Amino acid sequence: MPFQKHVLKNGLQIIGETNPSARSVALGFFVRTGARDEKSDVSGVTHFLEHMVFKGTPRRSALDVNRDFDRIGAHYNAFTSEENTVFYAAILPEYLPEAVDILADILRPSLRTDDFDMEKKVIIEEIGMYEDQPVWSAYDAAKRAHFAGHPLANSILGTVKSIKALKRDQMHSYFKRRYVGPNITAVAAGRFPWKQLVSLVEKHCGGWEKGPVGRKGVRETKGAGTFHVVKKEKVAQEHVFMISPGPPVESPLRYAADILATAVGDDSGSRLYWALVDPGLADSADMSFHDYQGAGSFYTSFSCDPGKVEKNLEIASRVLSEVRQQGITDEELRQAKSKIGSRIVRGSERPMGRMQAIGMSWTYLRKYRTVDEEMKAFDAVTLKTIGQLLERYPLDRVTTLALGPVKKLKAPSSNGKKRKRSKPLASAKR
Amino acid sequence: MPQEIFHETFPNGLTLLAERMKQVRSAALNFLVPAGCAYDPPQHLGIASVLSDLIIRGAGERNSRELTLALDNLGLDRDESVGSIHMRFWGATLARNLPAALEIYADIFRRPHLPEDQIDAVKALAFQELQSIEDEPKQKVLIELRRRHYPAPLGQDRRGNREGIESLSAGAIRSHYQKLFQPRGSILSVAGNIDWKKLRDQVARLFGDWKGGGEPTLALGPLLTPHEHIEKDTTQTQIGIAYPSVPIGHDDYYAAQGAVNVLSGGMSARLFTEVREKRGLCYAVWASYQTFKDRASVVCYAGSTNERAQETLDVTLQELKRLQDGIEPEEVDRVKAGLKASLIMQEESTSARAGTLASDWYYLGRVRGIDEIQSAIDSLTPHGITDHLHRHPPRDFTIVTLGPKPLRMK
Repeated sequence: MPFQKHVLKNGLQIIGETNPSARSVALGFFVRTGARDEKSDVSGVTHFLEHMVFKGTPRRSALDVNRDFDRIGAHYNAFTSEENTVFYAAILPEYLPEAVDILADILRPSLRTDDFDMEKKVIIEEIGMYEDQPVWSAYDAAKRAHFAGHPLANSILGTVKSIKALKRDQMHSYFKRRYVGPNITAVAAGRFPWKQLVSLVEKHCGGWEKGPVGRKGVRETKGAGTFHVVKKEKVAQEHVFMISPGPPVESPLRYAADILATAVGDDSGSRLYWALVDPGLADSADMSFHDYQGAGSFYTSFSCDPGKVEKNLEIASRVLSEVRQQGITDEELRQAKSKIGSRIVRGSERPMGRMQAIGMSWTYLRKYRTVDEEMKAFDAVTLKTIGQLLERYPLDRVTTLALGPVKKLKAPSSNGKKRKRSKPLASAKR
Repeated sequence: MPQEIFHETFPNGLTLLAERMKQVRSAALNFLVPAGCAYDPPQHLGIASVLSDLIIRGAGERNSRELTLALDNLGLDRDESVGSIHMRFWGATLARNLPAALEIYADIFRRPHLPEDQIDAVKALAFQELQSIEDEPKQKVLIELRRRHYPAPLGQDRRGNREGIESLSAGAIRSHYQKLFQPRGSILSVAGNIDWKKLRDQVARLFGDWKGGGEPTLALGPLLTPHEHIEKDTTQTQIGIAYPSVPIGHDDYYAAQGAVNVLSGGMSARLFTEVREKRGLCYAVWASYQTFKDRASVVCYAGSTNERAQETLDVTLQELKRLQDGIEPEEVDRVKAGLKASLIMQEESTSARAGTLASDWYYLGRVRGIDEIQSAIDSLTPHGITDHLHRHPPRDFTIVTLGPKPLRMK
């Protein structure tokens, strides 16, 4: 599958991987900006701006944007994370020109005040929707506690208060600063002619502004290592998150980190599965690895009957401590590799999956890997690599947060060195 | 590329379907057994869910741990789920690992241990699942909507109830398994980079002498009252609406699909435009079509902060009723483009194809080719859809809401 790249004069990157046996093409614009790039007075602006991008341009009203996408049968949407805002569409190959036209056009949005005011309501609804989902509240509060003082603590959605206070001009100046050529990568995967893609992107995006780009506060963090209990009487189950530091996206250890998280916390046949789910102690248990620019984390989580949370917390801590001391077995290493390999292959069979994978890799590392090269990087991980990972990131400093009906909870004996008293989080009230 | 679709129904009633997709390296399998929760005996509601968990805890020569390890070693991502009619076993991995996975599934279906010493653990999980619905208000409203919209047992939820799960003994679970796990009515579908002859021979060897028969029947009960409010202290009020449509296989089926897509087929569709884009009433609003063999419905959902929920309900119902007033040619063009793209993109996913093969077979007794569906989509017109809506207008709404206060229903 041939890979190509091109850089426009304004610094905008274009990459593509063509696959003639695909039936469709997936197209994405990756803007390197996210919640971590927000100052506190504009909390939530990145995500709100992502919504506003769909509200029209000088050439298109908000309804025109939706109609034009639907007219070509596109599967389209966008998402905002701590570090990226990604706009994407999967289309049939004959609609490539239309799709580039729409995506490029909406990335220069008008940000009209009446649209801004209307969409504000939708954002507040979205915040309300997540508020009613305790798992999400627990995740968000745990992340905020773990990264306290670090830009990765910033909330993606913001708060009702910060969104209500946000002004159109604040958004506009954020847009002008962040949506500049060198901060954007156009990505395509599937069936498309490379040359046509380049000339279309050049035509629509060649006139976009340059501008300095960058990101402040790129650094590792040990995390808070604190212990929190957030009491919510109306919640039925207890939802627990345990966050500990891992390697950043730039580190070659991130492959080992993915394997470790799969062995410890995949949803079937992992250590946490056998310790918590198989015996019926928790209805779900999971460990996943998230890598960010300059920092990374292991998220261990479970939800269970409130009566079992103290015991389960002890068990989960013991699992982490055993892994820290003894690593994983050769058999676990092999299983994790075969699971990950199968997921990579299947994910790459759809242009949308492949586009996201190569787009992320390029945005972060300016690196391209074929599917086989990606599999080889996982295959190359040995028990020794896992040992190096655990030496550097020993899972012994854990920020723990439990959200649910439980009022008081004893921190597990192996949760860091000091035992802390539980304290409520000021920001998780309602 | 022409589709390569294969079929064989064995003398014992088991149907095998396959689609060969040369361009991929993976394969997905989809096993439907007519053992869904609609067949749960009234005193044992939740038994299908419990069985779907217990059945993978050891089979053939392998105990629970060995079985999971064997599947994990094959890189198989899998899921066991319980629908109304079927229990579904889904798995996907590299195509070269598929034959080994099938060997293990033959053990699971035909030689499960159903170990007595794990029943308490499985029941504990079932209780927690029941409890966890309380933390997912959207799920809860959709579950309650289904329960009220269809006659029991079609609308009942797979999670069952506390008493039903508590009552389960090893004997009850085993006899439920023996009664419902049988070749007649079971459908195995596979899509991916497979060799049909080898697959057929392997399935004949593994399942050819599987015995049992006589499809179970369902006796339908009365309908519950169509309106219900669940009181809960939430930020948003959840709204679920359902109304009757025509089932797959009906002459009006594609027109019904067209109508649902006019409502909710893309972001320019009516519900998204009127409820979210023009009024900012909600983040999520949608309508989707769901079918049984003999009946179908359209299910709508919206979630809105409490103060604005009444307006959301009113505007949504207004849009449903307005459908019969007419549809613009532009709207139908967009619906067609969307359906066509989905149809073609489905050919890139082994899981999607395996699922469609099995559901086509169950509902229609055959697999529709892409050309057939394409030409049905092409023939959609504003008139055709409006005529359908006159014959089957959105009405007789079942409405369930969840939030601090009930809404006014007209």
